[in-house]
Amino acid sequence: MSENMNINLKVWRQPSDQNTGSFETYKVQASPDMSFLEMMDVLNEQIIEEGGEPVAFDHDCREGICGMCSMVINGRPHGPKQGVTTCQLHMRSFSDGDTVVVEPWRASAFPVIKDLSVDRGAFDRIIAAGGYVSVNTGNAVDANSVLIPKDTADKAFEAATCIGCGACVSACKNASAMLFVGAKVTQLSLLPQGQAERESRVVAMVNQMDAEGFGACTNTGACAAECPKEIPLSVIATLNREYTSAKLKGR
Amino acid sequence: MKLLSFLFTSSIGRKLIMALTGLFLCLFLVVHLIGNLQLFKADGGYAFNHYAWFMTSNPLIKTVSWGLYAMIILHAVKGIYLAMNNRKARQARYEVSAGSANSSWSSRNMAILGSIIFIFIGIHMGDFWREYKFGDEITWRSYTQDYNTQAVTWTEYTPVEGQKIYAKDIEGGHMLVAKDLYSEVYDAFRQPWIVWIYVLSMLALAFHLLHGFQSAFQTLGINHPSYSPIIQFIGRAFAILVPLGFAAIPLYVLFQ
Repeated sequence: MSENMNINLKVWRQPSDQNTGSFETYKVQASPDMSFLEMMDVLNEQIIEEGGEPVAFDHDCREGICGMCSMVINGRPHGPKQGVTTCQLHMRSFSDGDTVVVEPWRASAFPVIKDLSVDRGAFDRIIAAGGYVSVNTGNAVDANSVLIPKDTADKAFEAATCIGCGACVSACKNASAMLFVGAKVTQLSLLPQGQAERESRVVAMVNQMDAEGFGACTNTGACAAECPKEIPLSVIATLNREYTSAKLKGR
Repeated sequence: MKLLSFLFTSSIGRKLIMALTGLFLCLFLVVHLIGNLQLFKADGGYAFNHYAWFMTSNPLIKTVSWGLYAMIILHAVKGIYLAMNNRKARQARYEVSAGSANSSWSSRNMAILGSIIFIFIGIHMGDFWREYKFGDEITWRSYTQDYNTQAVTWTEYTPVEGQKIYAKDIEGGHMLVAKDLYSEVYDAFRQPWIVWIYVLSMLALAFHLLHGFQSAFQTLGINHPSYSPIIQFIGRAFAILVPLGFAAIPLYVLFQ
């Protein structure tokens, strides 16, 4: 066991979307081997013992694949490391005595539910608008009955690794959801199964994205730099291309 | 037209307008710079004033220039609209923001850089365009060029009421009577404070282009592992060389 570290936390506390929030400061002792969420668990136990209201934050699988954990840590979604979610970020990434500022995703389309937990329902509504493929009912089709070239499958898979956490929105200075929508549109437009709704899908998803109040893309690249799954910026170019060609064809 | 309405109603459409007008303005910068290089000629402004006359009288150029004014205004108005909308998309700001960790400075300051350039265009057109077209302070020059030696001689010229710019062939040469925009430019750029406004504005233009040029291609859907590095290289070269060329003119006049 390595020595425990002293961490000064500055955490955003907000009872609900209807109330204004503010920062509270806490002192926590954490092992460098703990994940950031485990450190937050220690904080909450401490708060509960003192009779306070624990900090609400989203988490689920804690192995970097569910997309539930969020938190902007020292100004960066999922903290200072590249290609990791908050649950996979370890306290050894910080130094003893550090002050760490923890904020929720901040976007008008992601209202705060409580403290660090935000409502990412806007993403669900974008998916519902067009992020699906139609399949025949009945028996499951044999795997690989539809042939897909390896490099196409690889590109589709790269886009499909998006876990929908919303780090792209939180990193973007415009709170734009283009990387998320771009990833979904790229994945489905590359595969034969996605061709039936190819044009209607991209128009419906972009319409929903605009309606949710996300900003427009200015190609700063912050989204791709902060994406825990390292989705490339090229999916946004693909989205632009798919959307424009669908629109020019009268969709 | 219904097919194109998305350009004005959707976020991606508005970005396409920014990209297309932006690239058109890049093309304009090249033409404008090449024309202005004639200011370096020590011919009393014969070539430059001839060019200025051509650019303000040729019907095709006049049509294109109205298109250009429309593009500038469209690029500026849409840009301001997008910037305001994008700000609305994040009403509660971050306490700590680490933008420099994930994006370039110019990409985060396009609206500010663009506003500086827009104000500069106003100043610049007030300095020269307004004076050339409507001003009565501008002086005139009469030039004669010898066909054999190509040598140019000039004298100050006093215009009569309703004076027209004209050029004609004369015995053994060519003659031009024109508004002297060349001297107007030289007089302006002998004042250091005007030179610094121009140089700083070109610095803003350089940073605006540094992000804007390659960003336009991304918006148009062009992002490819083979072509994007070339586009980015051309964009960087463009962002450095074009503003440098423009800034060289006032600096040359001031320090010559």
